[in-house]
Amino acid sequence: MAEWFSPDEWRAVALSLRVSLWATGLSLPFGVLVAHLLARRVFWGKQVLNGLVHLPLILPPVVTGYLLLLTFGRNGVIGHYLEAWFGVVLAFRWTGAVLASAVMAFPLMVRAIRLSIEAVDPKLEQAAATLGAAPVWVFLTVSLPLILPGIIVGAVLAFAKAMGEFGATITFVSNIPGQTQTLPSAIYSFLQVPGGDPQALRLVLVSVVVAMAALVLSEWASKAVARRISGA
Amino acid sequence: MSLSVALSHRFAGFALQVEFTAEAGVTALFGPSGSGKTSVINAVAGLLQPDRGRIIRDGQILLDTEGGTNLPPQRRQIGYVFQEARLFPHLTVRQNLLYGRWFAARTESAAFDRVVQMLDVAPLLTRRPGALSGGERQRVAIGRALLANPQILLMDEPLAALDGARKAEILPYIEQLRAETRIPILYVSHSVSEITRLANRVVLLSEGRVLRTGTVAEVFSDPNVVTAVGLRDAGSVLTARIAGQDDDGLTRLETAAGPIWLPRIAGATGALVRVRIAAQEVILARHRPEGLSALNILPGTVTALRLGQGPGAIVQLRVGDDLLLARLTHRSVVALELSVGCPVYAVLKSVAVAPGDIGAGSQAPS
Repeated sequence: MAEWFSPDEWRAVALSLRVSLWATGLSLPFGVLVAHLLARRVFWGKQVLNGLVHLPLILPPVVTGYLLLLTFGRNGVIGHYLEAWFGVVLAFRWTGAVLASAVMAFPLMVRAIRLSIEAVDPKLEQAAATLGAAPVWVFLTVSLPLILPGIIVGAVLAFAKAMGEFGATITFVSNIPGQTQTLPSAIYSFLQVPGGDPQALRLVLVSVVVAMAALVLSEWASKAVARRISGA
Repeated sequence: MSLSVALSHRFAGFALQVEFTAEAGVTALFGPSGSGKTSVINAVAGLLQPDRGRIIRDGQILLDTEGGTNLPPQRRQIGYVFQEARLFPHLTVRQNLLYGRWFAARTESAAFDRVVQMLDVAPLLTRRPGALSGGERQRVAIGRALLANPQILLMDEPLAALDGARKAEILPYIEQLRAETRIPILYVSHSVSEITRLANRVVLLSEGRVLRTGTVAEVFSDPNVVTAVGLRDAGSVLTARIAGQDDDGLTRLETAAGPIWLPRIAGATGALVRVRIAAQEVILARHRPEGLSALNILPGTVTALRLGQGPGAIVQLRVGDDLLLARLTHRSVVALELSVGCPVYAVLKSVAVAPGDIGAGSQAPS
């Protein structure tokens, strides 16, 4: 498969896969937590949290990218301390692409998981508590297995979104071949040079195949899990 | 084994204020819908935190709002059988039954076999709840609650979601449970027939308050509870002993008031049964009636009279050692010149039997 692609193309595909996997994996625990807070808890500032989570869905991606640069750039509010204390730099690195795609994909992930949490009958969780299960065990043995289909759907949506994320990524980490040039950035670059169309088209095909595969896989996995937990 | 409950809680438009104790055996929380029954056992379970209250089990404080104690549900050692089973859909029957054991290490494995046998769930163990009938689900739910090794068993209308045949399927298991466990069972129901059959004691709730507590016979023969119980359901409960089966298909029962005959009921001679005599099925006469088709006529004395708002009246009478209620019209009370102390004959039009041995211990749990 490697000989079909030029090294630059191959690096872009590999980078996008790596960025998307990390973005999905790292944001998943937070996604479950935030979805749980929004679905089940009543607290001050809930609407603010809800708004913040959904903001990247509505804002122009370039605005999100610029806000990330202001916050997590080397001179940003948080980025400055990340570098001073931990030596971590996000801007213009592939790790920054992980952050950018995680932020952009987060609302999709939270929505899917939140819907599945809302579908779990709280009475089952009460029943588990009366049987001696402390809240963390109730979550691990009852809630989590029941929301697994939602988590799978949320994770796959987030992965697909991260694969396709362009605006925030290019603004925050630029488009450096081999370092921060993801699949969409590479397509964009090829389209900017004369005669780059065939290369762009190859990458477009890769995008479509990866997205389709992800959707089919998630459909299959969530159906299998749903069948297992529906109790038939 | 005892449980004492005192609590008060304000809901929107409804105030709950109850106080009662429960011993080993079945204590029924009885009352019309909206009387606060489920709220009371939810408070015992820790699923509802009342504004004020004290719940103590065998000296252990489960809740004391003054002292600042409030054990969470998982530390109260309760078993809770809900109206809708609430089995975990993603676990098999066996995993459901064993769920409580993960958290209560005290359960021995012999208990599992015993419960599985008692509830006849062995053929279901590998199935999932989605593949069970309503009655099977409820049996598994009972087993799951028992295997958490509870010190109190709470049952919230466990039969209400089932049809008549399924109810009849579950009742014997609950009766067996009552006979075999030493823990208090709080049983919420609004069905007089279920309570007649199952309960040792009754706590009658009405509009969030305890109207009356006592044995089943005491509570249901009190003319003052008729409104709360409902006119159709009002009636007294007697304990009778099967005295013999007659050749013509009738069964002779001995009650403290005298013999009564009923169409054949199953049961060994000497077995105890409870019979329920609805107040509207009793006719009163001042003289022993003759030329009447009714078989069951008991002599007694009027002990209380209660005239209602409308044309009705409730008469309580003592027959032997038992108390009966009769529902008459105000006009009949006047026509018969009934007053407390008057001798009368009670003609029983029909008698309902709660089959099954209620056991000697059911009379007055100590």
